[in-house]
Amino acid sequence: MCPREIVVSDHKLDPILRSDRLPHIWCPGCGLGPAMACFANAIQESDIPVDKHVCVSGIGCTGRVAGYLNVDSFHTTHGRAIPFATGLKLSNPDLKVTVFSGDGDLFAIGGNHMLHAARRNIDITVICVNNFNYGMTGGQLGPTTPYAARTTTTPYGNPEGPLNIPHLVAALGAVFVARWTVLHVRQLQKAIAYALNKEGFTFIEVLSPCPVGFGRPNDLGDGIDEMQFYRQQSIVDDRAPLESVGIDMSKESTLVLGNFVDRERPVYQPMGTEPPEQREQTAVYHPADPEVKAREAP
Amino acid sequence: MSENKEDRHVLTGRHFMNGDTACAEGAMAAGCSFFGGYPITPSTEIAERLARRLPEVGGVYIQMEDELASIASVLGASWTGARSMTATSGPGFSLMQENIGLGAFTETPCVIVNVQRGGPSTGLPTLVSQADMMQARWGSHGDYPVVAYCPASCQEMFDLTVLAFNMADRLRTPVFVMADEAIGHMTERVVIPDKSGIEHVVRKRPHAGPMDGLLPYEAEGSMVPPMPRVGRGYRIHVTGLTHDERGYPATDAATHDQLVRRLAGKLTRFAPEIIRIEEVQMEDAEVVLVAYGSTSRSARHAVTILREEGLPVGMLRLITAWPFPGDRIAQLAERGCRFVVPELNLGQMALEVERYARQPTTRVNHAGGQSLTPDQIAEVAREAMTCAREKSWSAITS
Repeated sequence: MCPREIVVSDHKLDPILRSDRLPHIWCPGCGLGPAMACFANAIQESDIPVDKHVCVSGIGCTGRVAGYLNVDSFHTTHGRAIPFATGLKLSNPDLKVTVFSGDGDLFAIGGNHMLHAARRNIDITVICVNNFNYGMTGGQLGPTTPYAARTTTTPYGNPEGPLNIPHLVAALGAVFVARWTVLHVRQLQKAIAYALNKEGFTFIEVLSPCPVGFGRPNDLGDGIDEMQFYRQQSIVDDRAPLESVGIDMSKESTLVLGNFVDRERPVYQPMGTEPPEQREQTAVYHPADPEVKAREAP
Repeated sequence: MSENKEDRHVLTGRHFMNGDTACAEGAMAAGCSFFGGYPITPSTEIAERLARRLPEVGGVYIQMEDELASIASVLGASWTGARSMTATSGPGFSLMQENIGLGAFTETPCVIVNVQRGGPSTGLPTLVSQADMMQARWGSHGDYPVVAYCPASCQEMFDLTVLAFNMADRLRTPVFVMADEAIGHMTERVVIPDKSGIEHVVRKRPHAGPMDGLLPYEAEGSMVPPMPRVGRGYRIHVTGLTHDERGYPATDAATHDQLVRRLAGKLTRFAPEIIRIEEVQMEDAEVVLVAYGSTSRSARHAVTILREEGLPVGMLRLITAWPFPGDRIAQLAERGCRFVVPELNLGQMALEVERYARQPTTRVNHAGGQSLTPDQIAEVAREAMTCAREKSWSAITS
């Protein structure tokens, strides 16, 4: 029997995707496709010309996103997407630079750069897909792997605790911090679109199934089962205390989603040569500032 | 600021400045507009000078969180069309190696200054050495092209930094200025010409035409592909994976072999343009001192001492260390010359001299921390001369 061929002559996202590179390399059930589509839609709908968008990735499954987007795109070394993006943005402030990479790339090997780019409030957007493990290399321990979870390098369970990413990034001073899952495509796309338009260091964590690397050894089932888990266990709370939004992925646990932080801070800008008294006065950021909490969800 | 910003690029005039400062002024004169760095002795004065100077011309100075970030930011800035650089020393140079490979593989021009200090590890932070020469050649994994210049004076810190930017843009590759602590920290006269006296090679841009048809890694005839700038509609993809002419990942053996060979071939093809040497009293020399950087100053003096004694000794100074001027060494070996290689390491460039001369060299080494004196070099060269004449060369090379 001849399989029925589905012919799609064109797609809304064709101008934003390198269709000559598709299909992508990601596994069935992976959440990177919807995450990338949300970003592509947000680019397409943004007021910023497509030619001014730049996507920078590090290494890993998520690091492949840059190669599928039809914008100026860079697939750099492991962990160094943020400083590469910093060089691009500071050298040409007209660019809209987005770092699209994974939790291991951004928070383990690249953790120091996350820390300092957020502290400086570099005007870039960082989209971090968190799939709780190193997927590209076959499912190893990552900085987000929950306590006691099994990976190929924690065969007896993970002895370490995971990072609470939104809590950390908010403490570092990011002006926008959100978390969504790849099930929440509308909210995710809106959050990305909002972040792209907001000046300063904006950050979105995207929870994504990795059925092959993380789902299987931890009895989470296929990608669709993990999506079901997201649907049943997620609550949206923009004002959740961020110290309490850590994730352990246990069956009864809750995933707290939302646009947690939306605030203003002076954006990094090289100082000019004019004397200090002529410079614009800028507010001093303090982490205990009540403005830290969400003001208005996008 | 009422001053014309353009005027601040080139500090035309005669100056008394240290080597690190001269290097920074070379970068300014070359039109560098981005410096991403991390302080490290003995290169810090370069960062300090540029932190003050770049804002005067609207350039960007940023102190990054480490050397990994520094070199990554420098590569990113280069793709906007900027001339970008960083400066460091041994430990920082080690941290930069992975992204130096990314720069070479993605053909991203930039300048990396290494003011060498005693190693390995933290070593001698404030003291001279030349022990990163092989690291400069082989520090990142894989085969990739390397261009490295070795300044021997404050004037050359200026001149070779300008040249390094030009060569980086000419070849689309990272270029090293392999200075050493003695040169970085010595102060002497530096003459900066007016702007018209500064050579400026313009990076090759894609031809006008349909942007979506551009093959960003199509080398055309020259082995060096034109380099688009981001934000101009070319929608390029740049990856550290093996890539085809479109810039797309292509993980197959044939594409990989072709690409790595083309990158290496750039050096072969452009070697006559890249390689610079200085020859001192070489016409009748039977023993040749091969030296570079601060050590070449002692070697030059040693030649004077030995010539006064009537001994036919000359010096070949490596201004370009990589690619190595092996053809000239081979010619001299053919002529019957013997080689003495003084350097502040346990024998690094000596290996290269031996490879091309097809004979052992006499080495004069110190692991670093102090310069070799002219007398130390002269003494070994004198002995080498005697052995060469008595045809008992093996006695002193063994």
